[in-house]
Amino acid sequence: MFNQFKTRAEGVSAEVHRFSTPAEALDFLVGFVRAEGVADQPGQYGVFADCPFLAAVDRQQLEAVAGMSFAVTREQAAGAKVGISQLDWALADTGTLVQDATAVDKRLVSTLPTIHVALIATSGLRADMPAWLAEIKPESANYIAMITGPSRTADIERVLTIGVHGPERLVIVFIDQLGGAH
Amino acid sequence: MQQEFKQSIDKALHNANLTGALGKFSEAYKVNRAKAYEGIDFEALRTTIAGLKGYAASHLEELSDQFQKNAEAKGAKVFRTNDPAKVREYILKVAQENGVRSVVKSKSMATEEIHLNPYLEKAGIEVGETDLGEWIIQLAGQTPSHMVMPAIHMTKEEVADLFSKEVDERLASDIPRLVKVARNELRPKFLKADMGISGGNMAVAETGSIALVTNEGNARLVTSLPKIHIAVVGIEKLVAKFSDIGPILKALPRSATAQLLTSYVSIISGPTPNSDGSMKDLHIILMDNRRSEMAADPMFKEAMQCIRCASCLNVCPIFRLVGGHVFGKVYTGGIGTILTAWYDELKSSEDIQGLCIQCGACKDVCPGKIDIPGLIMELRRRLVKEQGVPLVQKSIYAVVNNRRLFHGMLRAASVAGKPFSKGTKFIRHLPMFLADLTDGRSLPAIAAKPFRDVFKTIEQPKGLKEKAVFYGGCLIDFAYPEMGVALVKILNRAGIEVLFPEGQTCCGAPARYNGAYETAAGNAADNIEALLAEPADYVISACPTCTVALDHEFIATFESLGRKKLLPQARELAAKTIDFSTLVKKLVDKGRLSLKEGQQLGAITYHDSCHLKRTLKADQAPRQLLAQAGYELTEMFECDTCCGMGGSYSLKLPEISAPILQRKLKNIKDTGAPVVAMDCPGCVMQIRGGMDQDGAAVRVQHTVELIAVQLKD
Repeated sequence: MFNQFKTRAEGVSAEVHRFSTPAEALDFLVGFVRAEGVADQPGQYGVFADCPFLAAVDRQQLEAVAGMSFAVTREQAAGAKVGISQLDWALADTGTLVQDATAVDKRLVSTLPTIHVALIATSGLRADMPAWLAEIKPESANYIAMITGPSRTADIERVLTIGVHGPERLVIVFIDQLGGAH
Repeated sequence: MQQEFKQSIDKALHNANLTGALGKFSEAYKVNRAKAYEGIDFEALRTTIAGLKGYAASHLEELSDQFQKNAEAKGAKVFRTNDPAKVREYILKVAQENGVRSVVKSKSMATEEIHLNPYLEKAGIEVGETDLGEWIIQLAGQTPSHMVMPAIHMTKEEVADLFSKEVDERLASDIPRLVKVARNELRPKFLKADMGISGGNMAVAETGSIALVTNEGNARLVTSLPKIHIAVVGIEKLVAKFSDIGPILKALPRSATAQLLTSYVSIISGPTPNSDGSMKDLHIILMDNRRSEMAADPMFKEAMQCIRCASCLNVCPIFRLVGGHVFGKVYTGGIGTILTAWYDELKSSEDIQGLCIQCGACKDVCPGKIDIPGLIMELRRRLVKEQGVPLVQKSIYAVVNNRRLFHGMLRAASVAGKPFSKGTKFIRHLPMFLADLTDGRSLPAIAAKPFRDVFKTIEQPKGLKEKAVFYGGCLIDFAYPEMGVALVKILNRAGIEVLFPEGQTCCGAPARYNGAYETAAGNAADNIEALLAEPADYVISACPTCTVALDHEFIATFESLGRKKLLPQARELAAKTIDFSTLVKKLVDKGRLSLKEGQQLGAITYHDSCHLKRTLKADQAPRQLLAQAGYELTEMFECDTCCGMGGSYSLKLPEISAPILQRKLKNIKDTGAPVVAMDCPGCVMQIRGGMDQDGAAVRVQHTVELIAVQLKD
């Protein structure tokens, strides 16, 4: 399922990575935010929505990066270059990520910044939408968000253009040994 | 047709930007859509969707109640009304009670339908459309020309001009740069807005959820940033179960934009926290605006199965020429014509329903399984019922129904028009107001002797075991009797005697396609009597439009008029009716008819006639026959796209018919094949006439003519 997901997600311009442990993923994230120039200035902030991943790693490494914040505000998210959040499911046949996004910080970090980094436990992979629909209880999630690739438009002359209102880049990070949600 | 309407068509046709953009898009769409549906059983999927949407349409009240109960239990406020004015008032009231100064909107056809923006603006509220296409047309002061791509009619240069004015800076027409400008301009509007207004692609009764399907991410911002969210949802978006989301989400993006899934889908099932810790003030407006009346209509109930993908626009050979604005209202294209007739009024569809050429391309791709051309025909019928048949048309039908008189008049006109036919088989130019009819297409000269008279001179072999009644139809009878002669020769060779009942008359298609069902029913009755008078094994026709009339439409016409008396005979006739190629292919397969062996006849291309392919589903038989005869088939681009004939369509809207024909001619010529075959004498008339004026050395032939000369002696 992972390979199908990767092919589909890359087909809609997402970037897909896979690590076996949260610690390895953390190393990647630290390197990533540094490389993207996250800093304590508007337009360059990094914002991280609270999630199980943060509880599983030593977050001090990320906290050490200037401009990274974990208590997400609107202003901070609006001025962020990178937003990071954990998602709950991945649908292989369309390369889609799904999240219970009832908590607003999860939506702020995945809509306002230029880059959205999406963490996902490999165990969250499902074959397709019907498989997911059979599991989900919408009564418990007032806002379910599905994300398939970065923001796009073709409203001017049908030319596909990435990054209109949402993120210009979607970086998906699978983590094999990240239990919890499922 | 209204002068104003004709002018808007003319304007659209002369807008090279528009026809260029739409033409390119429609070509790419077809390919991309097919790719998006790879590995998916489309028929099964759309049957599921039609089923669940149909269920919802017949349980609107129940599902609305259930939706309201469940959404309110989750903390949303649900407002239900039939009246667009009440929707506007409700939204303004919420805005005023909360001191709203600015609103951001994500795409919503329902709010376009009720003209919400000017209403709120008049009350001093700033309204910002945030879907890029909607923002463009808002800046331009226009209505959407397409449900999914509202600004598809505009070029990047026009968009650059609009944006330049908005940001007070001269912008180049670089699309990624323009998109950036939109992002930067709209971002502060999102952040400061007090209210977000969205539409809804689905409303789930079981859970009180609404689903929003977008690509840009604006709906996520509209529903997340402002503290108030109002969703305006037409009740046709109701579905019963949460799992119903699955099939619709499978079809909607594939049919709308050829995507497997849009970038974003949001399913909202109650208020969520705002970023300051307060809870969202969530309002859902279930708007009826004549939808329940539509659902209560036995025929138009089907239109409630629409999921608003606009694929009927994308495959329409007319839409790609004229675009959306000629439709004059908010909803455009095939389904738009139907929605306008209901949400606005029947009279509003008077002109635009005439744009439909009845080719059936939209019906083939509709994920809601809606018979769009059929419903447009029904609009015609109701318009005629309300307003009567125009006098000129009435007198035309009187002539058409009288075969001798009709031929006599055509022949007289043809002889009077001799100077125009210059001794050839074509009328190349007509004088004055008739000139449009020969603009890009020569008309066939009328045969001196109609087929009904030629037939009497044919000596058929004696003692043939089977009998087939031949239904000629106008064109073979009066313009192409040689096709009839060829058909008799082929059937005789297979041991079938051909009968040609003199009492046969017009198949009624011209009347029916113009909404004159009473006339069509009269034609049906006369033909049933004539064609069933003598016992025969088959009733054969070499015109797909006539075949469809005999096979389907006599029954349908009687049924819509509630006339049951002749239904059994109509069914008996339908059971015997068969089109030329299907019967002949069967005869060849059974070994009753043999074609010359080892012939190498060279390349040929085949044009699919609309009724043969999409109603009779007989597109393979003629291809196989031609291949068996020794032709090498080279498929043309868009082989099953209409040639622009459409019966009297080419007479009523020649300015649209002509460019459709030009495309067809180009596609034929591009194959390099010296012969193009087809199974419809109407298409032969259109394409042969077009080739004549074009001057290309391509022979245009009915399959019957090509097969008749390849029979084994």
